[in-house]
Amino acid sequence: MKILHDTEVLFGRSMRHILRSPDTIITVLITPLAMMLLFVYVFGGAIRAGTGAYVNYLLPGILLIAIASGIAYTALRLFTDRQKGLFARFHSMPVARSSILWAHVLTSLVSNAISVVVIVLIALLMGFRSGAGVLEWLEVTGILALFTLALTWLAVIPGLTAKSVEGASAFAYPLIFLPFISSAFVPTATMPAVVRVFAENQPVTAIVDTVRSLLNSEPIGNEIWIALVWCVGITVVAYFFAVRAYKRIV
Amino acid sequence: MTDVAIQVNDLRKSFKDAHVLKGVDFDVRRGEIFALLGSNGAGKTTTINILSTLLKSDGGSASVCGFDVQRQSEKVRESISLTGQFAAVDGILTGRENLVLIAKLRGVADARKTADMLLSRFGLRDAANRRADAYSGGMARRLDIAMSLVGTPAVIFLDEPTTGLDPEARLEVWKTVKELADGGTTILLTTQHLEEAERLADRIAILHGGKIIASGTLDELKKLFPPAEVEYIEKQPSLEDIFLAIVGQTGGK
Ligand SMILES: Nc1ncnc2c1ncn2[C@@H]1O[C@H](COP(=O)(O)OP(=O)(O)OP(=O)(O)O)[C@@H](O)[C@H]1O
Ligand SMILES: [Mg+2]
Repeated sequence: MKILHDTEVLFGRSMRHILRSPDTIITVLITPLAMMLLFVYVFGGAIRAGTGAYVNYLLPGILLIAIASGIAYTALRLFTDRQKGLFARFHSMPVARSSILWAHVLTSLVSNAISVVVIVLIALLMGFRSGAGVLEWLEVTGILALFTLALTWLAVIPGLTAKSVEGASAFAYPLIFLPFISSAFVPTATMPAVVRVFAENQPVTAIVDTVRSLLNSEPIGNEIWIALVWCVGITVVAYFFAVRAYKRIV
Repeated sequence: MTDVAIQVNDLRKSFKDAHVLKGVDFDVRRGEIFALLGSNGAGKTTTINILSTLLKSDGGSASVCGFDVQRQSEKVRESISLTGQFAAVDGILTGRENLVLIAKLRGVADARKTADMLLSRFGLRDAANRRADAYSGGMARRLDIAMSLVGTPAVIFLDEPTTGLDPEARLEVWKTVKELADGGTTILLTTQHLEEAERLADRIAILHGGKIIASGTLDELKKLFPPAEVEYIEKQPSLEDIFLAIVGQTGGK
């Protein structure tokens, strides 16, 4: 089918971009890795969070931070394509229109998966251990993929509408900050009421708690459904606005 | 089907309250080189963008190869190729990869062979495996034009194809355009240089104030100018002639 063929060709192109400039993956990894080292080896000893090694507690939040900074590059790549006239070229060719966006979205899923794997491997070196079985790992992969998908479609919007490079990537900063006001680093129980209400009702907490429970083979409650609703909800809304922004330029 | 490749009737386009096209009419025959001449901001790019389905017009109609640009845009896109005003190449890919990419998207049977052929034709064989963002402006422009020839579309739009090229490269582009037209491709190009239109085009249209104020063959247009001026132009060697004489390049003519 034309749309699959075009998506595959364009996906190959943007994956090549990533392989050609591995710095885009390295820059994405630096901040979350530095934070993981800092929190485990500097603050970790003083943080009371559960019974196991602190790295076990911390890892899910670090993964979300990595994904939140990784999707900024999707916005950037879209912006560059637009600015360099490649969109105009593709749009004047018999190329399936939706392939152009989906290729970028798939690239984001793959490149973020690479970052996640690298971070998990480094966490293993730092003492991270998980009792999760195959099914749990599959569930973790699914939730992280959905989270990436949601944020990627969110990133498509500034990628299509930003007037400058800075504008295209700046939207990611608040996303990177969200895990700090959640249960990602410390349990929410000690937070002042207002902060706590926010922390417990924002998507990161539900997602982090779910991933953590799955990795530590702890029982998961409603959190997983809340996490899924957040991910699917953000995806649907962001997709709607992304497609609308796209229609405006084609 | 008629021998008209591009038909434009009463085309109108405004950006907010800037009325850029106020009823543009012209048509281009099959296999013809047609030059749209106009100064900065005349609306040349706007016209090309409407014809290549990138922009919607506000009024009037336009068709390419018999297909309406608005209602049958998919058909139009199968028949055309656009070389925009600014080179649109993927800087991270190499020259060859850029061509292979376009060939694959156009469903060309042997993408690599097509790429190699175009690389030699545009003198890019030595640079084929270098990233396109390391190309000079002229090389990028050549690659850009080469990318537009992939899949031999019936109609090619060239928006100021020689802007930023040195005289030698310009002659190369002119030669290519001539060859394409000889092979039956219809070419609509825009330019700000009278000389380019004079050397290349079978017919010329002058876009000014949102309308076509004059159109026809060079001879027809020349009749609109006082003869003294024509003589004056013919006596003077242009700067380009002098430059080419010095560098010892006699060019394609
Ligand atoms: N997207 C846009 N939004 C607002 N105004 C626009 C837009 N595109 C073009 N214009 C305006 O329309 C007019 C015609 O622009 P166009 O690019 O078609 O001119 P042109 O003949 O190609 O000029 P040039 O020789 O400089 O390339 C200009 O005044 C320009 O400012
Ligand atoms: Mg222009």
